[in-house]
Amino acid sequence: MNFLRRNDLIMLIFGIALFALLQGLISAGAISSFWQLNLLLIGINVIMSVSLNLINGYTGQFSLGHAGFMAVGAYVGVVLTTNFHLPLIVALLAGAAGAGALGFLIGLPTLRLRGDYLAIATLGLGEIIRIVIMNIQYVGGAAGFKGIPHLTTFAWVFFVMLFTLFFIKNFVNSSHGRACIAIRENEIAAEAMGVNTTKYKVMAFTIGAAFAGVAGGLFAHSFYLISPASFTFMASFNYLIMVVLGGLGSITGSIAGAFVVTFISAALANWPEFRMIIYALALILLMFYRPQGLFGYMEITNAKIFDKILKRGRE
Amino acid sequence: MDFTHLLVQQLINGVSLGSIYALIALGYTMIYGIIKLINFAHGDIYMVGAYIGFFAITQAGMSIVPALLVSMVVTGLLGMVVEKLAYKPLRHAPRISILITAIGVSFFLEYTSMYFVTPTPRTFPAVIDNISFNLGSFVINGQQLMILGITVLLMAILTFIVQKTKTGKAMRAASFDTETAQLMGIDSDRIISLTFCIGSALAAAAGVLVGIYYNTIDPLMGIMPGLKAFVAAVLGGIGILPGAVAGGIILGIIEALVSGFLSSTFRDAAAFAILILVLLVKPSGLFGKNTREKV
Amino acid sequence: MAELLKTDNVSEVFGGLKAVADFNVHINQGELVGLIGPNGAGKTTAFNLITGVYQPTTGTIDFDGKSIVGLKPYQITQRGIARTFQNIRLFSELSVLDNVKIAYHCHVKYGLLESVLRMGRYMKEEEKIEEESLKLLKIFKLEDKAGEQAKNLPYGAQRRLEIARALAAKPKLLLLDEPAAGMNPQETNELMEMIRWIRKKFGLTVLLIEHDMSLVMGICERIYVLEYGMIIASGTPDEIKNDPEVIRAYLGAEN
Repeated sequence: MNFLRRNDLIMLIFGIALFALLQGLISAGAISSFWQLNLLLIGINVIMSVSLNLINGYTGQFSLGHAGFMAVGAYVGVVLTTNFHLPLIVALLAGAAGAGALGFLIGLPTLRLRGDYLAIATLGLGEIIRIVIMNIQYVGGAAGFKGIPHLTTFAWVFFVMLFTLFFIKNFVNSSHGRACIAIRENEIAAEAMGVNTTKYKVMAFTIGAAFAGVAGGLFAHSFYLISPASFTFMASFNYLIMVVLGGLGSITGSIAGAFVVTFISAALANWPEFRMIIYALALILLMFYRPQGLFGYMEITNAKIFDKILKRGRE
Repeated sequence: MDFTHLLVQQLINGVSLGSIYALIALGYTMIYGIIKLINFAHGDIYMVGAYIGFFAITQAGMSIVPALLVSMVVTGLLGMVVEKLAYKPLRHAPRISILITAIGVSFFLEYTSMYFVTPTPRTFPAVIDNISFNLGSFVINGQQLMILGITVLLMAILTFIVQKTKTGKAMRAASFDTETAQLMGIDSDRIISLTFCIGSALAAAAGVLVGIYYNTIDPLMGIMPGLKAFVAAVLGGIGILPGAVAGGIILGIIEALVSGFLSSTFRDAAAFAILILVLLVKPSGLFGKNTREKV
Repeated sequence: MAELLKTDNVSEVFGGLKAVADFNVHINQGELVGLIGPNGAGKTTAFNLITGVYQPTTGTIDFDGKSIVGLKPYQITQRGIARTFQNIRLFSELSVLDNVKIAYHCHVKYGLLESVLRMGRYMKEEEKIEEESLKLLKIFKLEDKAGEQAKNLPYGAQRRLEIARALAAKPKLLLLDEPAAGMNPQETNELMEMIRWIRKKFGLTVLLIEHDMSLVMGICERIYVLEYGMIIASGTPDEIKNDPEVIRAYLGAEN
């Protein structure tokens, strides 16, 4: 099974090459500061969409509160860096821990709910998180948290994103990930195959929330000010759109979805009055012609890998 | 004001606000019942209804009742058009893609409206005299009475349609089991279209009433009430008409009480918290039946 | 022979209706036992009770000497009971191979960290799972279809895949819920051979529900007959064939 590692290596080299190219362009001043910010946002949105995909796409648990966990990571992070002058890595880890712990606490009771009931419950929890933050004066309340040090660099975003992608890819390709996918496919059969469905639902939810927390930390340190208004359920919708657009259950899809959505909304920034109308129409048309998303369940690396497995099996 | 006095006053406010939620929730729950879609665009249909009512009163100089009817008819048609153009082509697509389409429709309605009517809030004209009635020491104003009156009337009409007419029977059958209903000769496309029409008309009525109640309307006014109405529908047990009404009223009362006794900033959080608590105890909502999957 | 499964006085009441009452069966290690009965007799309910999908209203169920009442279905699978479903429940969007791989779940020892970092036991165990899964598929003549989506398999192949998947969980007791439903006589015969063979090869104990009398009479050593939730007869195929109660239940009373 060495090809798995070889494949990882190829992807890693490709990732680093892409990073070198983009970083080179940034350093040479070939990318405007507007597009630099959008590059950061694409990376952050990839983390958000791929972690939401773990919950919605792979485990099949319809969560609509992802922005809430992002908010937790963001606020935990900025308090640590701004008020306690700790380095970014501590802020990100603490944000992940905070969001993950909250995800665990919330997931345990609510993941008993199914389908649309879970959707509205998670949406509500996301909103509750936001409203609670809005009422904490220590972090600036509704006006937002000011004076955040600008610590997020392209390198940070890129490598954290790469780590996230590898983490989730490896997770879904393990027995633990298969357990999650089995729950999506048929919960009763999964249970009959020895899968502790509650455990794996909560596990996927917690991991997803923790990565959303990391994304929140990166997001917050890209700006001088963050406010609870950035983390409404509309933001959660946006991440869901990225996931569905790319294909539920496809990491390649989540990357593509995050890229397309961020790119469209940045490219249309000059036409603010038409931006959302065009975005809405694009969304509807995409669902008409590609309801399973751009990639469906497919991965860019899938076809090749599978052939090799079969070949090995027959030998 | 002493405690009980404040309590009763907030209950009065809660019921009038809740009856508006109930009107929107009815449409939500009817649409969900029949095609299992969380129609996130429903709140924006309500916003369009409010604007049509607004223009009917200010531009066409109508009085409240004709304006309400015009708004309901036009918005009802809009609901049918939205269903035909956006949802019908996806009837057999995965549910999540229809949901995303609904979010798309929601954005489309919000920002197209914003383009035409500008983002600036409009002041809804005062259509009835600002009178209030004193019941003992409690105050009910004319607007609240009108909202309650119109809501009760519309609900009575809806109950009649659903329970007594042939179409209503078809609607109930289709919402129970669309495929079987189709086998029994029910034209489910027509029924779905009609459901959108009725649901949207009810939302339009709610929109006009809210305009009258709060005096102001804007293109994004539908987002929160739409969401709240969905919460109300789920609270009562989604797909169940009396559940939607009960859910709406309960939600209205909770919000009024939280605003009155705690702080209005926690109003929305309280609504969601109650919803989650109810779902944890009774996952199918207050009026819902718990079903077990057959193995 | 050691007793593997023993139910004592088990009953299940759904809203005042007794679906299963006074259900007493015992199965010894290595036996192949059939459970038959008319439609609605409570056969699948009995399976659901044994596998923990339903909790019995009264009675005890002992497996391998220990009570399994109150355990969740996944815990019962971990104890060593695997099942198939009457209405096929495959992971239909996934490949045939992945369907089988999932069932190795409770035998995987590597942890979360090992799988994410692809270190330690991960590689070795995954390799073994892959190998064993392909072997199982071969036994069930599905090896050519390993990469296909389960939902695209023909009906008979789906039934076989369900059995392969259940075996991947390495059970001591295999519960088959109408494995031959929807199969033609030739497929049924092949299935019969296959069940005989895997039972010997894996040292399994099998309890099967079946409507197809030729299958039940052909391979089962002992048969329980269920009617209206009660066991009305038990014994060898020959005894069952001649039991007046069974004949009455299947063909109706003569007078």
